Amino acid sequence: MIINGVSIDATFAEAFPMKATRAIITAQNEKWALIAAQAMTGFATSVIACGCEAGIERTLNPDETPDGRPGVSIMIFAMGGKGLAKQLETRAGQCVLTSPTSALFAGIDGGTRIPLGKNLRYFGDGFQIAKVIAGKRYWRVPVMDGEFLTEATTGQVDAIGGGNFLVLAESQPQALAACEAAIDEMKKIPNVIMPFPGGVVRSGSKVGSKYKALNASTNDAFCPTLKGMTHTDLSPEIESVMEIVIDGLSKEDIAQSMRVGIQAVCDLGAENGIKRISAGNYGGKLGPFHFHLQEIMA
Amino acid sequence: MSALTLTLKYRPDQRVDMSPLVCQNLQGMEPTEIAGLELQSGKCRLRVDQLFNISGSDTQTIVIKNSFEKLDFIGKELDGGSITVEGDAGAYLAMGMKSGDIKVTGNAGLYAGCELKKGYLEVSGNVGDFLGGALPGNKMGMKGGLILVKGNAGERVGDHLRRGMILIEGNAGDYCGSRMIAGTIAVMGQTGRYLGYAMRRGTLLLWNPPLLSASFNDCGTHTLVFLPMLFNAFKTLNSRFADASAAFNRVQRYAGDMAEMGRGEVLVKK
Repeated sequence: MIINGVSIDATFAEAFPMKATRAIITAQNEKWALIAAQAMTGFATSVIACGCEAGIERTLNPDETPDGRPGVSIMIFAMGGKGLAKQLETRAGQCVLTSPTSALFAGIDGGTRIPLGKNLRYFGDGFQIAKVIAGKRYWRVPVMDGEFLTEATTGQVDAIGGGNFLVLAESQPQALAACEAAIDEMKKIPNVIMPFPGGVVRSGSKVGSKYKALNASTNDAFCPTLKGMTHTDLSPEIESVMEIVIDGLSKEDIAQSMRVGIQAVCDLGAENGIKRISAGNYGGKLGPFHFHLQEIMA
Repeated sequence: MSALTLTLKYRPDQRVDMSPLVCQNLQGMEPTEIAGLELQSGKCRLRVDQLFNISGSDTQTIVIKNSFEKLDFIGKELDGGSITVEGDAGAYLAMGMKSGDIKVTGNAGLYAGCELKKGYLEVSGNVGDFLGGALPGNKMGMKGGLILVKGNAGERVGDHLRRGMILIEGNAGDYCGSRMIAGTIAVMGQTGRYLGYAMRRGTLLLWNPPLLSASFNDCGTHTLVFLPMLFNAFKTLNSRFADASAAFNRVQRYAGDMAEMGRGEVLVKK
């Protein structure tokens, strides 16, 4: 398959079941809501070492938030429910509770309920106040700038992590420009996050390493500087490869996100140095969710 | 299927215990069976059809017409369905209600919504003392749900209130929020003396400055984020509480009752 001169590999992205939750952070203005959201979703690029994968889903207008202030919707993904709950609570406590004027609300009403502010309330040292409003429990925790308002729980749902595609280009600037275009479009799709810095990964990994202590190492088959010294997947004109990883609430969400992202890359086309789109997988043996690139772009 | 309508034929001298006439008790019963039920009135037991003309058959929607202030225990422990009272209701209206909704077009007597657990109670007129309170000797009043009073309320509103919300468009009598354990009472009109007497926790939300006891301490003026959410939750109500002009988020906060636990608050519109 070739779109606008860009070859789409007959391969698939392999993804895994995860647990996910969504939270809504509001503040006096969008600037401070974003600051709190960026702090909460920081150091959360990969479950390999961060414990979770997190990202900003989108900014919210005041009429979309529970308290009528500007807000940001964030999503957190983890391999299991316990890990997710721990990450959510730790991050909420250290990054949102501490952020000026912030408030924190559930972003998913259904699913299994996990603590959001339920335990953070103890920071109030007995001065905290519970309020049940429209059937939902909130905690008002007195803090130095006034009150930190937080919903007691949020919903945890089954989700999918590890959707991905690779952009193979003739130069590093061209690969990055294509990925930026893709991320701009993918951010418009709900229920997905791209957890890596700016949504783009330059250090895709393979399973295993020559070093016993490591269970993942650089994906040498896609490293352009190793073309002559390893079993490469790159043709001579490829000088740079970048990856976009997607976590989403459903297979459809991830497929839709991949579709608009790949389309944005292909719109730049071969004349902008984009040569191929590929995807990362482990032969289909590890992850139950397979996103075939050519099916998605058909 | 039209609502089961009970139209009072005459006003008995003695008070009537209406507690058997709740939706869950009448489910699946024919009007003839309902007619044969007996209600306690003083020392007598009266058949339902002695007191009421019966029409309609939807037992999950009950309408009581020509009601007056001696019909007690209307909607006692109601568990689903709705009851509309056209006229006044007696004492213990919606006592211990578990779910459903009750609307009264007139006034209600003592202990309306006492120990209510869940559901919605609306009284268009005035209510007597101990609205949403605890029965004498009991330690917990209303434990959830919402009570809306469009008129005035008597003394001891929300006595021992544990959870839930009481909204009063008019005035509230003395000892409003007395011995509150938690929950919210909002009063648009005036409040009486001894507001929040011995309250432990909970919120008293007021539109007018109260006469506060010395055991309430001023915590200053604040803009509270939860208040717009609270008012937003009132938007579906057929009430002045639903008016955007009634909402505010800037309040004077008083903490008390310091003679008790002192974790309660009185929030007064600024």
